[in-house]
This record gives sequence, C-alpha cells and structure tokens, in this order.
Amino acid sequence: MKKGEVTRREFLKRMGILSGGVVVYISVADPFAIAQPLRSTVPTDFNAFLRIGVDGRVTCFTGKIEMGQGIITSLAQMLADELDVPFDSIDMVMGDTDLCPWDRGTWGSMTTRFFGPILREAAAEARAVLMALAAEYLKVPLKRLVAKDGVVFDKGQTAHRVTYAQLTKGNTVERHVKKKPPLKAAAEFTVMGKSFLRKDALDKVTGKATYAGDIRLPGMLYARILRPPAHGAKLKSLDTSGAQRMKDVLVVQDSDLCAVLHKYPDEAEKALTSVKAEFDVPKTTLDDENIFDHLLKVAPEGNIVSQGGMLESGNKLAREIFKETYLNSYVAHAPIETHTAVAKVEKGKATVWASTQSPFGVKEEIAHSLGLPSRNVRVIAPFLGGGFGGKSSSMQAVEAARLAKLTGKPVHVAWTRAEEFFYDTFRPAAVVRITSGIDGSGTIVLWDYDVYFAGSDGADQFYDIPHHKEVSHGHWRSGSGYHPFGTGPWRAPGTNTNTFARESHIDIMASKTGMDPLQFRMNHLRDRKMRIVLQAAAEKFGWIPLKIPSGRGFGVACGIRSGAYVATMAEVEVNKKTGTVVVKRVVCAQDMGLSINPEGAKLQMEGCITMGLGYALTEEIRFKGGEIFDLNFDTYEIPRFSWLPKIETVLIGAEDSPPQGGGEPPIICMGAVIANAIYDAVGVRLFQLPMTAERIKQALNKVKYP
Amino acid sequence: MKESIHFKLNGKPVRMTVDGERMLLWVLRTDLGVTGPKYGCGEGLCGACTVLVDNEAVLSCQTPVREVSGKEVITIEGLAQNGELYPLQKAFIKHDALQCGFCTPGMILKAYSLLRENPQPTREEIIREMDGNLCRCGSHIRVVEAIQTAAREMKGGREI
Repeated sequence: MKKGEVTRREFLKRMGILSGGVVVYISVADPFAIAQPLRSTVPTDFNAFLRIGVDGRVTCFTGKIEMGQGIITSLAQMLADELDVPFDSIDMVMGDTDLCPWDRGTWGSMTTRFFGPILREAAAEARAVLMALAAEYLKVPLKRLVAKDGVVFDKGQTAHRVTYAQLTKGNTVERHVKKKPPLKAAAEFTVMGKSFLRKDALDKVTGKATYAGDIRLPGMLYARILRPPAHGAKLKSLDTSGAQRMKDVLVVQDSDLCAVLHKYPDEAEKALTSVKAEFDVPKTTLDDENIFDHLLKVAPEGNIVSQGGMLESGNKLAREIFKETYLNSYVAHAPIETHTAVAKVEKGKATVWASTQSPFGVKEEIAHSLGLPSRNVRVIAPFLGGGFGGKSSSMQAVEAARLAKLTGKPVHVAWTRAEEFFYDTFRPAAVVRITSGIDGSGTIVLWDYDVYFAGSDGADQFYDIPHHKEVSHGHWRSGSGYHPFGTGPWRAPGTNTNTFARESHIDIMASKTGMDPLQFRMNHLRDRKMRIVLQAAAEKFGWIPLKIPSGRGFGVACGIRSGAYVATMAEVEVNKKTGTVVVKRVVCAQDMGLSINPEGAKLQMEGCITMGLGYALTEEIRFKGGEIFDLNFDTYEIPRFSWLPKIETVLIGAEDSPPQGGGEPPIICMGAVIANAIYDAVGVRLFQLPMTAERIKQALNKVKYP
Repeated sequence: MKESIHFKLNGKPVRMTVDGERMLLWVLRTDLGVTGPKYGCGEGLCGACTVLVDNEAVLSCQTPVREVSGKEVITIEGLAQNGELYPLQKAFIKHDALQCGFCTPGMILKAYSLLRENPQPTREEIIREMDGNLCRCGSHIRVVEAIQTAAREMKGGREI
C-alpha cells in the first residue's frame, strides 16, 4: 500500500463500521492545485459520504470545510433531497481527515459545482439500494414503493412501511446497484432550490460553535513564535536567557523555529518580548510605489489565454486607439479569525485542529515535517472564522505540530493580527495593459490584452471583438523571485484584477463614442446569459441610458466567474474636495444556474459586494522590501457598517441548468463598477486599485478623458 | 501582581487569584475556558472580543481583569436564559445575519448594549454604534436588519 492510502476497512473502522474492500485515496502533492478533482480520486462507495444511524439521523461526511460560505446548509439540502430524508435529520461532519473522504480543498467556488454532484450521486445510489432492501422487507414490488422523509411505504397501502433506520440498523449498506440511478430533475426537488436558514446559526449565536482556537486539551501550552522583522531576514544572534528565567516559560529552538510557551497566551507573549534577537535584513528599494515597474521588468513570457482574428487587421480597421495600463496593489485576506491550530502528538500519532481550507493538504505537510506516516496524522478543520483563500496555506498547523512534538505537550498556536498580515499570502500586485481600437461606427475591432501576475482567470473576454488576443504573464501564486513576500489565491483569484481592467477600458471607449455604457456593451454582446444579467440589473437599478460622464455617478460592470454570470450597477457620490467616495447603492444580478439555497446565495452576493468595497476603495498593503507596514485594522481599512450602500441582489431563475459557483462571482465587478461610477460622477478615470481619496484627488487634478 | 478578584460570570460567582493587569479576554478564554469572546486584533480595533460588563459592551482585549472586580460579566454563552434565546439571537438566526460567525458574539453583545441605551434606534444610529465591530464576510446589512427586528420584538415585551 502506498503512503497516504487508507484501506476502506481502516476507514470504516474509524467510523465505527467494519467492512471489506478498498477506498482509494490519493495524497495531495500541491495544496494550491486548483484543478477540479478527478472523479477517480474520490471514493466510489456511497458509504464514504453518508451513514444512516439507528435513530434515523443521517450523517454526511465531507472533506470540505465551513468558513462562512454556507455549504454546511446547501450540502445537507442536496443530500436530503436525493436521499429523501428530512433536512433537519442531517448532521454534517466536515474537514476531518480520519472520517471524511479525501478532498483537495475548499476554494474556487467549487464545492457546489464539483463536490455537489458526487454527493448527490452517492445519495441517489444509497436511496436506490434502500428501496431495493425495502421491497424485500415489505415483500412489495419495487414499482409500488415510495420514499419520503426516510420512510419507504406501499403506494396502495401507506401503513405498510419501513424506515431507512430499520433497514440499515446503523450498519454500512453492503449492497450496491450496478447502474447508477439518475439524479433528480429540478421538478422533483423538494429541498433544493428552496431557502433554508443556516444550519450553523444556532451554534454561532450562542457561542457553542467551535473554532480551532477554542480547543482545550489538558496540559496545553500557548506558543508565541519569534518572527523576523522582514521577509527574507536572517537570524544573526539570539538570546533567550531572559525568557528561560521566567517562571513556567518553556523555550524551544529547533533550526528555524524559536518559540516560547506558557499555559497562558498573554504570559507567552510577555516572554517573547524578553527574547533578544538580531536579524540581517536584506537591502532592497522595492516598495508599494515602484513594485509595478519591477513586476513588468521581471515578468516571464506570457501564455495565450485566448485569441481570434489578427491583431494587425484590427489595428488597420481602427480609427481610434486606446492604450492604458491598470494597476492593483497587494491586498490582504484579513479574516477576523487569524491562522490558528492546536496540536497534540502522542504515541507517534498527531492530531491537529486547524483553521485551514485544505485539511488533507495540511495533513501531508505535517506528516512530512514530523517524519510520520501520513496515516498517523489526523487533521480536523472545525468552523473557520473566514478564509477567502488565505487559509489554503496553513503554516500555523505545521508550527503547532512541530512544537507539540518537541515539547511533548499539546500546543496552541494562534497568530497575532500582525503575524496574520505579515504571513498572509496576499492577492498579488498586478498590472494589465490593454490596447484597443474602435472603427468609425463605434465598434470595437481590436483588443490586445496583457495581464501580469494576476493570473489568467477572467482575462479572456466575452465581447464580440473580431481581432483580439489575451496573454497572461506569471500567476497569482508565483511568490518568490517576483514578489517580496508570499502571494496566493484571494476570493475570485485573477478575476478581480482582470474585470477591473476590462470593464474600465470598455467604459473608456463607450465614453469616447458618446454611447451609453450599457448600450455600448450590449452592442458587442451576443452572449445570451450576459445580456440577460445586464438587463436584469438595469431593470432593478432603473438605468436610464445617457452619455458619460453624466454627473449622476452611475456605473456598470459585468463578468463571469466560476461559471456564474454577474452584472453590477452602482451609484456613488464623490467629494471633489477630499476625494472621498460614498457608494450609495449597488445592484447585482447573477445567473448561477440552479441555486441550491437561494437565500444563502444572496447572502454570498451581499458578502461579495460588501467585501469588494474594500479592495476598490482602501485596501492595500504598504511595504518596503520584505517589511510590511500595515499590520492591523488601524491602517489597513476593511469595510465597516458606515460604508454600507443599499444592496439589492437579483437571482436569475435557472433551475434547469447545473449549479455554478456562488461564493465569489459578485466580488469581481466591484473595482470596475465603482471606477466607472466615479468617472460618471466627476469625469476622472482611476487606473489603480484601491481608489483611495488621495488617488482620486490626484486624478481630479489631471483629467485625462473629458 | 497577583490579587484576589471576584465577579459574576454569566450568573455564576467567580473568585480567582490572578494578576489583575491581565486582560479579561485571556482570563475568560484560558483560565475560565469561556471561548465565546474571540481574539481578532488584540488592540481594540475589531470588536470580536466584546463582552458585557454591567450590561455595557466593553472590549475584553483592552480591559484588565481587575476592572471587572465586583461587577457582572456576560459573554455570549450567558445571553440565553433558561434555554430561551435572547431576541437578538433569534433575530440573527432569522435574518441569516452571519456567515463565518467569528464576529457574531461581539456583534450580538454590542447590539445588546446599544438596545439597552436606545431601545428604538434608527438605522443610522445602529450603523454609528456598530461601526467598531468588523465583519469580513460582509453580513453587515443583515446584522442591521436583525437588530431592527430584535428592537421591534422587544418593544413593550421582554425587559432587558
């Protein structure tokens, strides 16, 4: 058996069930790998995903984690519907590597799109098997049987019935069906497509919800770890004698890891301040102003994302050329829960509770770091206090595990807010260069697009442009060598940057032609879905076509993310003296196919819109070399109550098309829709995110497009 | 310096010998194992650590434990009475006014304090009072609605 594989026997034993056969697990090599999971890597036995208890309650096992996105509710809906059991009878077990089937990680709005069908298929097969068992038990032909709320009964004689629990008696269902039964059609849904309140709400409003940092183990020590003042700094000298003299303080030093531990976190903090350390900080002139020039200089050759026609031909057809550069700064994930983990290592086995979006990836990292076989490591991701991509990387879990092994005691590692900012894998600073052209009739004939370091997602555009080429240089994960610190996936990676650039540029051309920006888009759109979301947004918003800038402060932007189509409209007010922007109203229309839990989907849309105000208006990491200047919420400003626009969301009914991503799409338009609204309000164009008051004031002083 | 401190925590008396300078947040979470109050920033900038001291919202990461001596401390765990959820808790559930839930204890306790001072706040007053409580998931508009609902339900109803 290969490292990382677990027999189904062992797997089921851990679940309290014993059976034969093999479930194949594949160890994860690249925790950032975002490709969709291959069907062959997930268990084929439906028992891996669900278990019917003797009490009739159904437990759903998923390697996905709950970080606020609401899949604890929507996955339960899918299972309830396909299995024909009450929604309230389902208990979710999530992100536990010993109990749950392997999963690559929770990111990219992929749970509903890719894990959803796997779970539904498992439930549908389980239901088919239960029906067959019921036919034998009741001695009634299968075609006369109906299943509802976990009970199978005879259509003609409803009192003749048996419950799922009676059929399974809490055991694994050994039987399988040869041919996978079809999934239910939308018309048959009784749970999916209906709004359900969050399953985790009661625990979260009463303080019962457990996060990694809430785990308490006997003898547990809180660790504070020595950190360098800047990325790339090397430890020159270290004196821990002060901490060593402190009562009940444990000092640990193991190659690059120096930590002080105490049974109280605040005492550990005190001990850390007594550690004297000197670092060699590499000299560099790189900062948040000159980073863009640097990135262009070091950018690797690009990959073609999409192309059509010939740029030369487009160039010949063009009467007017528009050449612009768009920038966006480094942005932090800043979940309110910092990276946290609690680890214990006993008898060669490690158990780690971690706030991570990638429990199975972290499991391998810990096994590697501790020199343990993978099967001896169990990672459990309890509720996460936000993730947004930032907890795809979970160094804190490895730190806790290492310290637990070194001290022989359970260890609690919770990053401070400053550590959270310092070690965050930021959304990368990025550059987009666009050269476009329109012909004499105001039709776009040329689109020459290069994106640097944001990533290719969202770089390919959906307008009808005869001659276009989109090229992506570098990637959001390309950290060292390009960026002075780590970068990584940030809610809708790549697509925020690309949508800001594309939709701003479209507006620039619309303005030049004197056409209404919505009409200008429609003139170049044959994509039916995009036309529909734009029309829906316009209807809700009450969009009246006008040449821009109109002085009203209205903006429009649209895009595609994770298979979902979004169109957003906004109204802003700009204070010309101070440069401050108030976003008064945002309307967003989304086509995400079937929406499993419409109210949950709307909650995600509102969350995207609110969070997106931050990267649009204030959020950026200031730095010099590897030193980060923004280390808490005093200088790094995230959206708060006083920023709230009126938010209206529209879900396009599309029950018959497969569900698409819902955790990310509406955030992608927020940069461009506000940039376009600012332009409409005061006639200045912002080319850099965030559009701070300072940058708006500067722009007001040199108006480029009238 | 260790000193003897006593206070009421969620209705029960607590007596402990502790360094009075230590912050209430850590004493609650660690010494007393009450984990509802969360660490978010450590500098009083996010509100995740909010608890009630004599019915007023305070930032427990900025409050030395000595200061609550002789007072009554309520955390999110102590808000429901005899298994009955407080109207704000019910309203947060009803409005889906949370996502990851990490800021939720602080939000609810801050709102409790607000409604005690001002039982029928306007939307603007709610926004002004809640502005120091950060939520990264973006549940703000539903939090405002939940507070409005709770305020309506408590009007002439249950005492706070």
